[in-house]
Amino acid sequence: MAFNYEQYLRPGKLPHIWCPGCGHGIVLKGLLRAMDACHLDKDRTAVVSGIGCASRLPGYVDFNTLHTAHGRAAAFATGIKLARPEMTVLVVGGDGDGVAIGGNHFIHACRRNIDMTYVLCNNYIYGMTGGQFSPCTPMGDKASTTPYGNPDPTFDIAKLAIGAGATFVARTTAFHATQIDKLIAEGIRHKGMSVIEVLDDCPTAFGRRNKFRSVVEMMKRFKETAVPAATAAKMSAEELQGKIVTGILHREERPEYCEQYQQVIDRARGA
Amino acid sequence: MSSPRLEIIERYCKGCSICVEFCPTHVLEMDGFLATVVRPEACIGCMQCELRCPDFAIKVYKE
Repeated sequence: MAFNYEQYLRPGKLPHIWCPGCGHGIVLKGLLRAMDACHLDKDRTAVVSGIGCASRLPGYVDFNTLHTAHGRAAAFATGIKLARPEMTVLVVGGDGDGVAIGGNHFIHACRRNIDMTYVLCNNYIYGMTGGQFSPCTPMGDKASTTPYGNPDPTFDIAKLAIGAGATFVARTTAFHATQIDKLIAEGIRHKGMSVIEVLDDCPTAFGRRNKFRSVVEMMKRFKETAVPAATAAKMSAEELQGKIVTGILHREERPEYCEQYQQVIDRARGA
Repeated sequence: MSSPRLEIIERYCKGCSICVEFCPTHVLEMDGFLATVVRPEACIGCMQCELRCPDFAIKVYKE
């Protein structure tokens, strides 16, 4: 039976602003299915974003939402979570917003292990501002500011998050639509900082500059290059060249920040 | 059992053709920039089109 997305969408907001074939719509649907699976209460959930194409997502969801300054979504989300620890806090943003302009906020949210779920839509590019290259643009690929190919090495967001201290890190792609909601739901249930990187297609700013003839071709590339984490563990570094490792990449238990902070408050009050 | 019923919300469809390409039984075809149901009887209700449509434009209703 058709999933009732309307129950979680703000009425009258569709059609959304994203380009034809943009993967952000697929991520939005996955996010709504995950929120449904976790039975999230609309009044006790906050969806926070910064600036960018992916950051337009909270405008469509019928929850508490916050559209903040560029790259500062994690900082605002930290504020919400500390002030109201009983709330479920989700952050949605793109690669440029999350790990370039907001890179500092991102790593420190990971370091603190604050209980929030960060859905990072990595479409390899700054889509909204005209297709400038981001730290996630693959080496050699073209963007409006790297017309002869990008010379910069690429960020591995999952490794960055693990290194910074996030306690749940997962990766999937816009092709793996059912995995998106499973991983986000898993991230929401995890106590601590959860980072879910969704590799996304940007047909307008990235695809047409990099010889993808259609959005379907971009989707099929995700299908061909994705390798589940369990299979990847048995593969050599050479075999994994150019592959995308998907699934849960890291999970550990570590003290959560709000609880640690409460202990400080209790000590200061002499409890 | 009758075939599932497909609903395309034309106002939402942007014509990306993801649904057409991923339908395993070729139920859908593009009519310019609009996805259209051409072989409804072939639908097996796999929900691939509804799952993958980025624009909330397809709904699959099963009996």
